[in-house]
Amino acid sequence: MELSSEEYGRRVRRAGPPSPLGRDCLWAFCIGGGICVLGEALRQAFLAAGADKVTAGTLTSCTLIALSAVLTALGWYQKLAAKAGAGSLVPITGFANAVVSAAIEFRPEGRVTGTGAKMFTIAGPVIVYGTLASAVYGLALWLPGLL
Amino acid sequence: MNYLWAFLVGGAICAAGQLLIDRTSLTPARILTGYVVAGVALSALGLYGPLADFAGAGASVPLLGFGHLLAQGVRQAVAEQGLLGCLTGGLQAGAAGIAASLICGVLASFFGKSRDQN
Repeated sequence: MELSSEEYGRRVRRAGPPSPLGRDCLWAFCIGGGICVLGEALRQAFLAAGADKVTAGTLTSCTLIALSAVLTALGWYQKLAAKAGAGSLVPITGFANAVVSAAIEFRPEGRVTGTGAKMFTIAGPVIVYGTLASAVYGLALWLPGLL
Repeated sequence: MNYLWAFLVGGAICAAGQLLIDRTSLTPARILTGYVVAGVALSALGLYGPLADFAGAGASVPLLGFGHLLAQGVRQAVAEQGLLGCLTGGLQAGAAGIAASLICGVLASFFGKSRDQN
């Protein structure tokens, strides 16, 4: 069965409770899914240009990050985020937005203690705990090899 | 088909994040951190690899995918370098994304104006 996105939206609205939760999640789903489709289009383009899988993924992330930085500097990403909620937060563009918006916002406090430090308000914890988790996983892989 | 799966899987991951925001008191910073750690865990359990294979960017663009990337990096580095790989693998794999974000942030701070978040 083929459903247009409008028809799908109508059915979801009819089936779901008339709560902001349902609406929030639908927005998050559509915007988040849309960002991923854009990412997939970029990935296919890089693959077609001859990049291998890993390189294409890396280039896709970097392109999305640069795009998000431009939109954030123009103030457009924040407008999208007001509607999309987690849909614009959870993709890598949301991570870039958190870094870039802090870099811009705290510029008046100085290049080092403002921009340089405040960029890590959200990125810092993500990098710290991501690195920690990966190191623990690495240890779990390495230890059984000793036995 | 690639695009449909990217949309559905990516959308579902984001909707789950929205559910967490609406139903719990988790702040965005905690959600992002949780997603990356969860991505490492799912990848370690072997669950995220198959998802990434068929959903493509739908699995790699959300921050769960960043966690998956770190875990993949560690897996490869430990296989090649042993114990030292635990320290180098994660950040090495994530280096491009992290550096791109930081450099974009500094560049944007030259051009962007501080403004209201709305």
